[in-house]
Amino acid sequence: MSLDGDPDDWTRWKPAPLLPRQDGRDRGLAFVIAVLCFLATLMAFASLAANRAAEGWVRDLSASATIQVRPRDGETDSEAAARAAEALAAVKGVTEAASLDRAASEKLLEPWLGQGGIPADLPIPRLVTVELDPKAPATAGALNGALREAGVDGEVDDHSRWLADVKRSAGAIGGTAIGAGLLVAMAAAAVIAFATRAGLAARHEVVEVLHLAGAQDAFVARLFQRRFALLAARAGLYGAAAAAALAAAAHVFGGSDGFTPVLPMVWNDLFAALPVPILAAMVAAVAARGTAMRLLKAEP
Amino acid sequence: MSRQGADPIERPSATASSPIVAFQAVGMRYGRAPEVLRDIDLTLAPGSFHFLTGASGAGKSSLLKLIYLAHRPSRGLISLFGQDVSLMGRRELPALRRRIGVVFQEFRLLEHLSAFDNVALPLRIAGQRPESYRADVAELLAWVGLGKRMHAMPATLSGGEKQRLAIARAVVAKPDILLADEPTGNVDHEMALRIMRLFVELNRLGTTVMIASHDQDLVSRFGAPVLHLSEGRLAPV
Ligand SMILES: Nc1ncnc2c1ncn2[C@@H]1O[C@H](COP(=O)(O)OP(=O)(O)OP(=O)(O)O)[C@@H](O)[C@H]1O
Ligand SMILES: [Mg+2]
Repeated sequence: MSLDGDPDDWTRWKPAPLLPRQDGRDRGLAFVIAVLCFLATLMAFASLAANRAAEGWVRDLSASATIQVRPRDGETDSEAAARAAEALAAVKGVTEAASLDRAASEKLLEPWLGQGGIPADLPIPRLVTVELDPKAPATAGALNGALREAGVDGEVDDHSRWLADVKRSAGAIGGTAIGAGLLVAMAAAAVIAFATRAGLAARHEVVEVLHLAGAQDAFVARLFQRRFALLAARAGLYGAAAAAALAAAAHVFGGSDGFTPVLPMVWNDLFAALPVPILAAMVAAVAARGTAMRLLKAEP
Repeated sequence: MSRQGADPIERPSATASSPIVAFQAVGMRYGRAPEVLRDIDLTLAPGSFHFLTGASGAGKSSLLKLIYLAHRPSRGLISLFGQDVSLMGRRELPALRRRIGVVFQEFRLLEHLSAFDNVALPLRIAGQRPESYRADVAELLAWVGLGKRMHAMPATLSGGEKQRLAIARAVVAKPDILLADEPTGNVDHEMALRIMRLFVELNRLGTTVMIASHDQDLVSRFGAPVLHLSEGRLAPV
């Protein structure tokens, strides 16, 4: 440490770092850690947004059900649909039940049968849509029961097949994100371990003097641990900040036609970047300490 | 200077009469090369003062390395402070090393640290707080004539200044054993005498001292017992 002014002044002296200050090598390492943290942060944002998208779909899908009604003999399809809607509206957990009129049902079939290609007397299945109470939605069983009681021949689709698919995909995305995050952490640990090994070799003279002056292995390991934890924290800060800036820009400029509808993020998601530098520092500390202790113990 | 190590708890097994350093039939080699030290029997009483002489390459530095635990013997028994060193694990050695001050022949100053930080090193390693030793370090630096160069980096010091810095670092923690390898090789006669007087003073306060030296004049002047190495063996003078 150099002091300005009076060279005799030792009262303000503070211990200098025992390892030489960083050299060129550390810059490459910091870049790698920053890139890893950038990727990890983006991944965190993406999985948060994907999770939110899935939740939205789940909410939409589970808030409604569709019932296909087949008219009985001596009954028009409109009458059947009306009876079904009436029966379903009375079920607990249903907020609204409405039958689609024939025109609406024909419109749904258009893609398959073509415009105007449906004879007026052809019985077509009529649809009743049911809005469910989101807090206590009626089950498919309850809806079926109501239909049976009313003597309506119909089939309830509560979208559970779609729901399962969406939930499975969301789970897969979450699992993939966690797995990728672990891989990134392992890669960071590996480069830190490599750098610690190189640092110990480069500072062999210093380390030996420390040992001869009575330093324990843990004391020496702590020097590397602190050095690399600080480096990783700083690099992590840059990486996470860059990812946050990118995400913020995408949020602002992505607009309704950008990826925001696909990956709906909210400003609060940016907080996911905060723990990244801390996690990076922790991974670096553990990797550096473990590597240093292992190598020092192996010395004669 | 007051003795810090005088606390009886810090000196467990060595009673006044048992040797502080004892070698029995010790041999030493570097790697697979032939032994550079053979059949060394040696005992140093606590508080003794010895010179270690011998031609260049005789093994003086090597013998000191065995004492300051930088090297393991290839055979024989070494005990320090009454403890058998060969039975000790890696974690037990630092505690012994802290009780041994060494002036290395090639100084081994840490080039990225100032003179002040170099001297403070053993105290930092021992876990002391800067406030508790700052003044002592400054005083010791002034004493070895580096008062004006306290914050200089070693690379900017002369050979003699480096030597004095190395000496200050070796004695700052008031070790029980002081080993000095050619500690007066780079200083003028007057500074050599001052340094020797420092060692004598430390010895008077209880430190066991061993000085490897070529300087016959100096050795005879102080009249301390001499251990002479010749081709790896201790020979009578
Ligand atoms: N690190 C080493 N590796 C291999 N051989 C060594 C090493 N250090 C010393 N030697 C050899 O050990 C022998 C004794 O060397 P040592 O340094 O102990 O002698 P010395 O008495 O201190 O000499 P000098 O007075 O020149 O300092 C020499 O033959 C030397 O070549
Ligand atoms: Mg030598």
